[in-house]
Amino acid sequence: MKLDAKTPSGPIAEKWSKHKFEMKLVNPANKRKHTVIVVGTGLAGASASATMAELGYNVVTLCMHESPRRAHSIAAQGGINAAKNYQNDGDSVHRLFYDTIKGGDFRARESNVHRLAEISPNIIDQCVAQGVPFAREYGGTLSNRSFGGAQVSRTFYARGQTGQQLLIGAYQAMMRQVDAGGVKLFTRREVMDIVLVDGVARGVLARNLVTGELESYAADAVILATGGYGNVFFHSTNAKMSNATAIWRAHRRGAAFANPCFTQIHPTCIPHSGDYQSKLTLMSESLRNDGRCWVPKTPGDQRPPEQIPDDERDYYLERVYPSFGNLAPRDVASRQAKFRVDEGRGVGPTKVAVYLDFRDAIKRLGEKIVSERYGNLFDMYEKITGDNPYKVPMRIYPAVHYTMGGLWVDYNLMSTIPGLHVLGEANFSDHGANRLGASALMQGLADGYFVIPYTIGHYLAGTPLPKVDTQHEAFRAARAEIQGGIDRLMALKGSRTVDDFHRALGTIMWDQVGMSRTDVGLKKAIQDIQKLRSEFYEDVRISGEKSYINPELEKAGRVADFLELGELMARDALERKESCGGHFREEYQTPDNEALRDDENFCHVAAWEYAGQPGRTNWNRHIEPLSFENVKLATRSYK
Amino acid sequence: MASANSKKINLKLKVWRQKTREDAGRFEEISAQEIPVDASFLEMMDIVNNRLIKEGRDPIAFDHDCREGICGSCSMVINGNPHGPERGTATCQLHMRKFHDAQEIVVEPFRATAFPVIKDLSVDRTAFDRIIAAGGYVSVNTGNAPDANALPVPKEKADDAFNSATCIGCGACVAACANSSAMLFVSAKVNHLAVLPQGEPERERRVLRMMQTMEDSGFGNCSNTGACSLACPKEISFENIARMNAEYMKASIKRRD
Repeated sequence: MKLDAKTPSGPIAEKWSKHKFEMKLVNPANKRKHTVIVVGTGLAGASASATMAELGYNVVTLCMHESPRRAHSIAAQGGINAAKNYQNDGDSVHRLFYDTIKGGDFRARESNVHRLAEISPNIIDQCVAQGVPFAREYGGTLSNRSFGGAQVSRTFYARGQTGQQLLIGAYQAMMRQVDAGGVKLFTRREVMDIVLVDGVARGVLARNLVTGELESYAADAVILATGGYGNVFFHSTNAKMSNATAIWRAHRRGAAFANPCFTQIHPTCIPHSGDYQSKLTLMSESLRNDGRCWVPKTPGDQRPPEQIPDDERDYYLERVYPSFGNLAPRDVASRQAKFRVDEGRGVGPTKVAVYLDFRDAIKRLGEKIVSERYGNLFDMYEKITGDNPYKVPMRIYPAVHYTMGGLWVDYNLMSTIPGLHVLGEANFSDHGANRLGASALMQGLADGYFVIPYTIGHYLAGTPLPKVDTQHEAFRAARAEIQGGIDRLMALKGSRTVDDFHRALGTIMWDQVGMSRTDVGLKKAIQDIQKLRSEFYEDVRISGEKSYINPELEKAGRVADFLELGELMARDALERKESCGGHFREEYQTPDNEALRDDENFCHVAAWEYAGQPGRTNWNRHIEPLSFENVKLATRSYK
Repeated sequence: MASANSKKINLKLKVWRQKTREDAGRFEEISAQEIPVDASFLEMMDIVNNRLIKEGRDPIAFDHDCREGICGSCSMVINGNPHGPERGTATCQLHMRKFHDAQEIVVEPFRATAFPVIKDLSVDRTAFDRIIAAGGYVSVNTGNAPDANALPVPKEKADDAFNSATCIGCGACVAACANSSAMLFVSAKVNHLAVLPQGEPERERRVLRMMQTMEDSGFGNCSNTGACSLACPKEISFENIARMNAEYMKASIKRRD
């Protein structure tokens, strides 16, 4: 497998402009002759669908939800970064580029990250023009707030519902194209396979989730914008239906999977409280603008928080990272919370939590201002826990939130399968080993509004594409294979539910492939996952029928894929013998417990090629070396 | 891991079961045993479903996804109230500590002509997407936008627009309405965009087309009871409807297309 990033030559700040000029164009009359499939309607998929249809392409958009507006981007809370420098505090494209490279612990491709920073101001302009109601100052200009890993205020927000407002903007733009006929929308469709003709992506096979039928869709190019795979851990902040099936089936057809072990564990989530729990809920990072993280200095201190005086509290982020304090980046803040719990200083009934305290902010600003900033988050916290965070500190703990890894893509966002493009969280491209807060929304919209509309034209104009329709043999073969897999699962009639298996996989992943990883633990995880996978194919029980709506069957297909992906994540973590960003190997740390990178041997992207046989997983590991010409490789410090 | 609150309760559920769109449907009594009070309503449904599967029975179909009250997927009428008894709360954010041991809970789908049942508690709400497609947007192609600060918007207006824009499109307003009207949903979008200068060029066309599509989709008319707003998990204000009526009147007089 050859990994050619196709990075344009020239100085970093000129690469994208130069590339935009050099790319081939499709003339307006020819655009309508091309059909492009988009899978997923989150920020990346909806913005790509809308924009490509505006340009004149025929867009066929599929989503698994009953409405495209339900995609999980809707749940993003805190904000979206952009190098506008409206606050006059020294921000610039170069600084956003620098912060993102450093925040990702030098494991992202410089050229892609710089393009992201360049595009970021256009995203805000576009969203405002659509009527996205961002927070504003009394003078009518846009407000900003700070986020982790940055010392400037560049985050635009709409109370604690920024993802919702941005997604509704993109959804509306797409629905306008549905009305105009440019986008053909198919909802409640789950993509089960990518169809290749002569090695080129020419369509997808989708299951109609209402009728159970397998449907074929043919096109000139396929775009996956299907989000991340954090649900491999069972408990995560992801929505229940978020899954890896589309990218995993693409991987099995030849798309390399890059850096699968790079998982973001978000520091501020409502802690796990019992076995019945189905998911974990995020409390936005923006809360760390005003909330202070602490634990009691004495292990096992049983006093309620308000009775613990200040000099007996350890505000550990402020102590360890005086310059960034509570706004240390996510990987760092999560690890510090884990250290405190491991020291026996955790709080609450389970002792697996730390405090996030607003006492001082309320004293300084008053309850009204705190409520204006975070009211909906405080309400959500109270609904879930029954505690009032205006009166008692929140109890929080890290949880799986985002996956930086994903399908490998080149500068044009094309995977190792020609014609298959991957956007947003589903690709690996911009966040390295750790994503900064408020950068996921930026990337999803950059890819969809401003990158793919250019690069797709370049692909279509430069590729011979013989006519292919859904009667082609490749579609028939893929359909038979997928139908066989469904029949096999339905026939098992075992004794354990899909959720049982999913929870068991989640426990293995969290214990061994979670916040802290070791050689011994990862080897054990690989064995345990393989064992669990064979049990799954003997003992899973799926009730209901295959020819009508059947949520259990949907879950079973997703969990079957997670059972392979989990193994690959453990293998990738095992091979990456260094610590970087969210990937923390206990064997590789500095004397003060910070991640210890090994730039000599691991300054690269690991891209895994699927080489399994039926019933047996196997992969080949390839590398794309990373070179840092514009940001000096340095030890990342937030002290 | 130890539970934060180990209290558990038992409940008697009366759940609407309907195999297909065409099936007549009926209530089925199902017991929910040993439900932790810290569980959410949907987690209670998960527990019940896992038991039904193990007993070889068909689990209860329901829509859900984010379980954070923002995606708008969950759609159950609980003891007569869309999303249950707690104000400003979607079903996924309703917790079992709001119920008592041995309580009977009636669970039904959102019922409306425009929302046909697909199975059990899962309904088809694509009519809402059609209403948005009819005009719930600002027509601005990607790449056309001026600098974001070039057009100042007073904070009060931005906040007003935001309050309407928080609608999650769940359809509780329709389920709560005696006429199955979608006026709260439509008016929230109309006002979100009518308040902002960006929405100005299309304000008349927008309200006329969206209202027409609402009518064509089989939703009823508004009789001003305010039940929609009370049932809304985002507490979208009833005032939106009055403001939209004014918009609609103005637009009807000015344009007759």
